[in-house]
Amino acid sequence: MKKVLSVMATALLLVTFCGGMAAAKDFQVGFVYVSPIGDAGWSWAHDQGRKALDKMPGVKTSFVESVPEGQDAERVILNMARKGYRIIFATSYGYMDPMLKVAKKFPKTVFMHCSGFKTAKNMGNYFGRMYQARFLTGMVAGAMTKSNIIGYVAAFPIPEVIRGINAFALGVQSVNPKAQVRVVWTKTWYDPATEKEAAKSLLDVGADVLTQHQDSPATQEAAQEKGAYSIGYNSDMSKFAPKAHLVAAVWNWSPFYRYIVEQVEKGTWKAKAYWWGIDKGIVNISPMGPMVPQAVKDKVLAAKKDLISGKLKVFAGPVADQKGDTKIADGKVASDKELLGMTWFVKGVVGSTQ
Amino acid sequence: MDGFTISLLAAAVQSGTPILYATLGEILTEKSGILNLGVEGIMMVGALAAFLTALTTGSPALGFAVGGLAGALLAGVHAAVCLGFQGNQVVSGLALTILGTGLANFLGTPFVGKSGPGFTALPIPGLADLPLLGPIFFRQDVLVYLSYLAVPLLWLFLRNTRWGLDLRSVGENPAAAAANGLNVVGWRWIGTMAGGFLTGLGGAYLSLAYTHLWTNGLSAGRGWIAVALVIFAFWRAERAMLGAYLFGGVMAFQLRLQAAGTHLPSSLLLMLPYALTVIVLVLASWRQMRSAMPAGLGINIEPPD
Repeated sequence: MKKVLSVMATALLLVTFCGGMAAAKDFQVGFVYVSPIGDAGWSWAHDQGRKALDKMPGVKTSFVESVPEGQDAERVILNMARKGYRIIFATSYGYMDPMLKVAKKFPKTVFMHCSGFKTAKNMGNYFGRMYQARFLTGMVAGAMTKSNIIGYVAAFPIPEVIRGINAFALGVQSVNPKAQVRVVWTKTWYDPATEKEAAKSLLDVGADVLTQHQDSPATQEAAQEKGAYSIGYNSDMSKFAPKAHLVAAVWNWSPFYRYIVEQVEKGTWKAKAYWWGIDKGIVNISPMGPMVPQAVKDKVLAAKKDLISGKLKVFAGPVADQKGDTKIADGKVASDKELLGMTWFVKGVVGSTQ
Repeated sequence: MDGFTISLLAAAVQSGTPILYATLGEILTEKSGILNLGVEGIMMVGALAAFLTALTTGSPALGFAVGGLAGALLAGVHAAVCLGFQGNQVVSGLALTILGTGLANFLGTPFVGKSGPGFTALPIPGLADLPLLGPIFFRQDVLVYLSYLAVPLLWLFLRNTRWGLDLRSVGENPAAAAANGLNVVGWRWIGTMAGGFLTGLGGAYLSLAYTHLWTNGLSAGRGWIAVALVIFAFWRAERAMLGAYLFGGVMAFQLRLQAAGTHLPSSLLLMLPYALTVIVLVLASWRQMRSAMPAGLGINIEPPD
C-alpha cells in the first residue's frame, strides 16, 4: 500500500516537474490551467493558443494543468517565475490573488491573468468579449426554435455568465421577439451528470434549442438524444452531437497570445486590462451546421460583419430588465464598467440571477 | 398526472439508479459485518474502469462488467486491511475513498472530455406503453432494468437462502457463527467483495449511461449519499430502492423547478437533496435504526486459529 502510494507520489511529482522544465536561454512562456486540457472546453481553447506560440521562433512554452485555485496555484506560478519564465499566463479567475502575490516578488517577469480585474506594475489582465459571439449564436437559436423556448444551462450567476445570457437573449429577440430564454443554474463549471440532468429538465419544459455556459459537452449530448438542437461553447462541439449542433460560440486565443509575446519581446508591453472583441478574432462563431437554412446563415454573418465594423452594438438601448425597468436608455450603449458588473437579466429571460 | 410530473419521476429513477447500485452493494457488505466507507472511491474507480474498457473495446456491456470487477478489487483492499490485518474499518474505508478518488483522477486525466460508447434508452415493447408506469419505469436503459432485478434478487438472497442466512449470521453474531462452524472471515471477504462489485456497477452507470463522458470527480458525492441511504433503508434492499429514487427525485426536482421558471434562489434549491439526507438520517435514528443494524457491524474478529 505504502509503496504504491509513494510510487504514485513520485510519478505525480515527475509529471509536474517535467511540465515545467526547459532550457533557460529560450523565451519561456508558462500557462496555468484550472482543468485537464481534454478534447474540448475552456482549458483546451487556451492550450490551442499556447500551441500557436510554440510556432514562433525562439519561443518555448510549457503548462501545468488541473491546478486548483488558491495555494496550489501560487506554488505553480512561483515555480515558473523562479525558473526565469518571461511571461506567465494564468487562465482562471481564482488565480488572481495568488498571481498578484508572486508578481510583487518577481518584477522582471510579466504576469497575465485571465478574467480578473486586478493589475500591478508587471501584471495585466485579459479577457474577450464573448458576449458578441453569444449574440450571434442567439440569432441562430431564435431562428431555429419552433416552441419559442430556448434552454440555457449555466454554471454560476456571476457577471461574465449573466452578460453572456443577456447577449444571447438579445440575439434571440433580434430575430424572434416571441421566444424566451430559460436559465437553469448548475453551480458547477464541470459536472457532466448534473449538466445533463439540467439540460433534460429544460427539454422537459419544452425547450427545443439548448445552449450552455459549462465546460462539458453533456448539454449537447442531451439535446441530440431528444432530437433537439444545441449550441456549443468554448470550442466547436459538433463532434459530440453532429445532428444537434447548430453553431458554437468559440474562443480563439492565438492572436492575443502572439500579440502579448511580441509586445514583451519589443519592450512595449503595458500592464493594463486587455478586453479584445470579435474584431480582433479572439471570439468567434464556429461554422454553422447543415440544418441551418442559408438565409439564416447570411443574416448571422451579416450581423457578424456589423459587430466587427462597430456598426452593431450588442448592449445598445433601449434594454429593459425582467421587470420591464429600463436599464440601458434609448440611444445609449452600455459602458464596459456596466458590462463587467452586470447582475440583472434582460426582459425575455426566465430565471433568477440568485 | 401531467407531463411535468411523469418526466420528473422518470428522471428520479435514472438519477437514483447509480445510488441504488451503490446502496445495494453497501447493504450486502454491512450485512456481513463489515463497514466500508470507501463507497465514493469505489464508485470513482468503477466509473473509470468501465469507461476505459468501453472506450478501448467498444463494448459498453464489457465495460459495465469490468467496472464491477474493479470495484470488487478495490473493496478487496478494504477486506485485506480489516480481515487480514485487523485494521480499523472506519479508517480503512476513509482511506479507500481518498485512494480511489485520487487514483481515478490521476489515471483518468488524459481521458477527460473524451466521449465513449454507452447505453441509451431502450423502451421495453409493451410495458413502455403502460399508462403512467410505462414512461416512468420502462423507457430507461438496460442498466436500469438490471437494477430492477438486482433489488428482488438481493432481497431473496438475504432472506430466503441458506447462504444469505450464513452471511447475515456472520454479521449479526460472528462468535456464534464461528461456533457453528461457519467460516466468518471467508464470508466477510465474500460480502465485502460482492458489495464492492455492486458499488462498482453504480460507478459504471455514471460513465456509461448517465453520461458517456469521463471527468474527474464524476461521482460528486453520490457514494456518501449511498452510505447514508443504507441507514435510511434499515439495511433492506426494497427500501434502498425507495430511498435512491427519493434522493434522485429531489436532485432532478430542483433543476426542473428552475427550468419551469420559479424565482426561488437556486442556491436554496441546490441545498434540498442534502437537507433531505440530514432529515432522513434523523428520522431513521429516531425510529428503529439500532435494531435493524447488523449487531456485529464494524467489529473486527480474530481469525479462528
